[in-house]
Order: sequence, then structure tokens, then C-alpha cells
Amino acid sequence: MIRFLVLRTAGIIGVLLAVTAATYVIFYVFPADPARMACGKPCTPESLAQAREFLGVDQPLWVQYLEFLKGLVAGRTFGDGGGAIVCAAPCLGYSVQHHQPVTTLIAQTFPVTVSIAAGAAVLWLLTGVAAGTVSALRRGRLPDRAVMTTAMVGVSMPSYLVGLLAILFFGFTLDVVPVGSYVPLTENPVDWAFHLITPWCVLALLNAAIYARLTRSQLLETLGEDFVRTARAKGLRERTVVVRHALRTALVPVVTVFGLDLGALLGGAVITERVFSMYGLGALLIDAVGHTDLPVITGVTILAAAFVVVANLVVDLAYRALDPRV
Amino acid sequence: MAVLDPHHLQATTGAWRQLRGDRWALMGAALVAGFVLLAVLAPLLTALSHTDPYTYDIEALDAAGVPMGMFGGVSGAHWLGVEPQTGRDLFAILVYGARTSLLVGLGATAVSVVAGTVVGVVAGYTGGFADMLLSRFTDLMLAFPSLIFMIALGAIVPSSFPKALFIVLVIGAFGWPSVARVVRGLTLTLRTRDFVLAARAIGAPTSRILRAEIWPNLASSVTVLATMAVPGAITAEAALSFLGIGVTPPTPSWGRTIANAVSWIQVDPWYLLAPGAALFLLTLGFNMLGDGLRDAYDPRVSGSRG
Repeated sequence: MIRFLVLRTAGIIGVLLAVTAATYVIFYVFPADPARMACGKPCTPESLAQAREFLGVDQPLWVQYLEFLKGLVAGRTFGDGGGAIVCAAPCLGYSVQHHQPVTTLIAQTFPVTVSIAAGAAVLWLLTGVAAGTVSALRRGRLPDRAVMTTAMVGVSMPSYLVGLLAILFFGFTLDVVPVGSYVPLTENPVDWAFHLITPWCVLALLNAAIYARLTRSQLLETLGEDFVRTARAKGLRERTVVVRHALRTALVPVVTVFGLDLGALLGGAVITERVFSMYGLGALLIDAVGHTDLPVITGVTILAAAFVVVANLVVDLAYRALDPRV
Repeated sequence: MAVLDPHHLQATTGAWRQLRGDRWALMGAALVAGFVLLAVLAPLLTALSHTDPYTYDIEALDAAGVPMGMFGGVSGAHWLGVEPQTGRDLFAILVYGARTSLLVGLGATAVSVVAGTVVGVVAGYTGGFADMLLSRFTDLMLAFPSLIFMIALGAIVPSSFPKALFIVLVIGAFGWPSVARVVRGLTLTLRTRDFVLAARAIGAPTSRILRAEIWPNLASSVTVLATMAVPGAITAEAALSFLGIGVTPPTPSWGRTIANAVSWIQVDPWYLLAPGAALFLLTLGFNMLGDGLRDAYDPRVSGSRG
């Protein structure tokens, strides 16, 4: 287990290095000049050179990248003398547009996006697996057909469309849930959940349908296997057979798919926060794209990649816990 | 020759028969055909309705910019009502938006299917180190937060570069991994089949083996994969436009219209109906058709995840 963790952590660091390097090359080789943006209008050659030096973009690309990595681990200082700005580790750069370190900006917006993503993921896994199990056990009957039809419709329904309909119906017509605005978890956990319940349901709905379909087919397959027959022959209760033996095995591929869906989950959260007018990572990024605020753009993309890579480790651990063969 | 294998031919006619009996798949095909017709005939249809997706019609709005009349301003002049604030015709936006959706969706699918097939065949056929490297890369890309990267890439594309082409390329560039994974698996099993081994034994060049032995056996699966990839690409385009970074306005896009509807949802909920229903029905159509094709042609391609 320890060997596995060490190996995986080393692998993660390797992947993250590759991703940051690739991101850096992609976004800084192209002609968009972050210093020109920082310099503002009117931009004299002197102030442009000054801005270049301040941001460190006057140096060769590889030096910039090493500086970036150094900042990530140990923090760095932009400029010197009176105008110097200290950017504490983990420093992802400095946004001239916001006059703030990128890390601070992300720390303000990331919780919003993660709150949406995490809650939705929990909800979709629970309901998806439950619905899939029910429909597998009641194959061909009403619950099964209802789940399969919902899955087909759900797959084709973009989450923002569902979101808008939910806002219209539950938010305005019935007026039972709040529309928009985000309350931090640390401020009031109940309000936090209350404001997020609609986004969670909206984002979870589609994926729950897909997972129901997957769970159903996997469970049907497993229920026909020898070890399930053995378990039944041993005289175990049907409940134990289904949950402890069949479902556990059937969930292994579901977990694998979940690992692959983490990137899409983050994307879904970005769309959902927009529908519900919450200022999260996506809004920060879209803003930055509009202003060619490169430090923010690279910071957000690197963070998103890191989130997926690290979350995948968690998925892998779950995988090992589920599958007795690994 | 694999293509003329009588067994294969029989399988194909069997698949046709099954597809013709699959009501869901036929409904899907009808929906897709309907939207293709709308898109192709867009200029003709708007000529009939005497509208276009660009002209403002302030006459159709009240002082607050809300469409006058029932159901979001439905009238003889505006069959599906008008856009709030501008009064642009929603029917024209719908049919021209179908062009955007289909062009970007099919274009991006073509990019990702070609790239995915090449990567998958190379990985599966060569095996060894190249396979390991390509497979790891595919897995990494598969779990990647692609939407965030697509948004970010919008910052560095020169404004002179055609936006629609850019959208096609980014969606395609992030769509290939799922194709590559399946194609690799299929190639891996094909590589050890007798007819491939026989071709290698008589010294056929690799290019010939790939073209004459491997590809004909992959073709039906790739067709199924392509059909199942289209709805994902269409939704991706709509999502990008929804986030305000899709095709440049005023080119109509359902995603952008849906995004505009967000701020009008309380006063003019009808605004959402036409673009929302169109996007849903087109995606549903492709999904139903893809599922049907998969069941009929290729039960091996599993995991229909739009």
C-alpha cells in the first residue's frame, strides 16, 4: 500500500510537471504579451519595459518557467524596491488586471466551483447507483423502463437547460429555493447547502442517469456469475448477495468511469455556476480570457489539471478498496 | 478479403434489418434528418417567412424591450416569436443556428474520429512501448478538464483566425481520446486474428495490412463511434457559446441564445423554448440513432456516454 502511494505520488508529480510545462509553453509562446496588458494605455516603451521586468517576461521562456516553479514551491517577489509585491507560496503568478496574486483570486473562487462539483458528484453517484440497482433487480418492469427512458432523455439534455428550467419552476413559479448567490460553507453551512441544492440536482441529474444505465448493465452481468451463485448456494440472504457480493464487483467499472468523468465534472460545475450566477473558477477564467490575463489563465488551467490528477488518486484508492483482486 | 467475406455481408444485412425494426433508432434518424433539412433549407425557409437572423424589429417589442403578444411575440410575421431587447426573429435564429450546430458538431466529430482512429490503430497495432506511451496519454487526455482548456485557449487564438474553425479544432482536439481507446482495443484483438497473421506471413507491407485487413473490420465500429460522438460535439459547441466564447456574434448559435435567455427567464421565459427544445431534440436524435446503430452493428462498442 505504501509502495503504491509513493509510486502514485511520484507519477502525479511527473504528470503535473508535464502539464505545467505544456501549459506554460502553449500560453507564453504565443504573441499575446502580458506586459502590454499590464502597462495599460497610453503605453510608453519605458513603462512597457518596466512592466516586462516586473512580471519577469523579459527573460527567456525556460527561466520564466523555472521562476514559476520556484514561486509555486517557495513563493517569489515581483519587482523590487518600493513597488515590490510579495507572492507567497504556492505562487501561481500575479494578475495585473486584479492587482492580486493569482493564488488569492483562485482561493476566492475555487470553493464555489468545488462546492458545486463535490455535492453534485456525491448526489449523482448515490442516486445513479441506487436507480441502476433497482432497475437491474426489477428488469423489464416499470422502474426499469422509467430509469432507462430518463437516462436516454437525460443524456441529451444539456445541464444549463435543465438549470434554467429548474430556476424558472422552483425558483420563480414555486419560489421554494433561492436563485443565484453563493453562501460560503464557513459562514453558514445550512445556507450553503440550501443555496446549492438546485445546482447540485441539476448537475447530478444527467450523470445519475448515465451511471444508472452503467450500474444496471454491470450488475446484470455480475448477477449471472458463478460467485454469485455460490453465495446464493451458501444460503446467504438475497440482500447480502446483491449488496456485498454482486454490487461490490459491479461498482468497479463504475468507479473507473467516475475517474474519467472528473474533468467533465469540473466543466459541468463551470457551466452550472454560470447558470446560477455564482462567481466561481469559470467566471474568473472567462474574465481573464477577455482581458488576456495570462497569469490567471495559466493558474486556473494548472489548478484544474491538478484537481483532476489528485482526485484520480482518490478514485484509485476507492478502486483498490472495492476490488478484491487488486 | 475481409470486405467480401460472405459472413460479413450477412452480418451487415442482419444489422440493417435490426435497425429498421428499431423504433427508437428510426425516430432518432427522423429527428436528425429533420434538422439537417432545416439547416440546408435555411435560406429558403427564411425567405418564406420574410425574416433573417440579423435584422432588429423594435416594433415587435414593448417599451421595456419585452416581446408583445402571446408566447414571446408569436405572430404571422414571427412564427416562433422574437428575441427580447432586439426583436430579432427566433425562427430565423433557429434554422440558421441549426447550421452552426451541425457544421461545428460534424466538423469537430470528423477531426476527433480521424485523430482517434489514427492514434488507436497505431497504439493497438504497434504495441510495446509506443502503445504504452500513447495509451497513457489517451487516459490522461480522457480525464482532462477539457472545457476549462477550451475556454483558456480562446485567449491566445489570434483574432484574425476564423472563430468557427477554431471551435471545431478545439472540440475535435479534446474529443479523440474516447475514440482512440475503443479503436485501440479493437485493433489489439484484430492483430492476432488469422487473416492478419496470414497477411503478415506472406510478407504484405504494414500499410497494406492496415488498409486491407484491419480497416475494413474497424469501419463499422468507427461509424458507430462517430455517430455517438456527434451529440457530444454539438453540446460542447453550445456550451462554449453559452459561456460566451463560441462562434462570434451575430452568427446565430443556440447556445448563445440560451445564455441570453438566462437574464430574461423571469419576464420572457418563452425566449428559452425554441433554442432549448431544438438543442435537446437534435442531441436526443443523434443519441437515439447512435444507440440503435451500436446495437445493430457493433455490440462490442460499449459505454454509450454522450
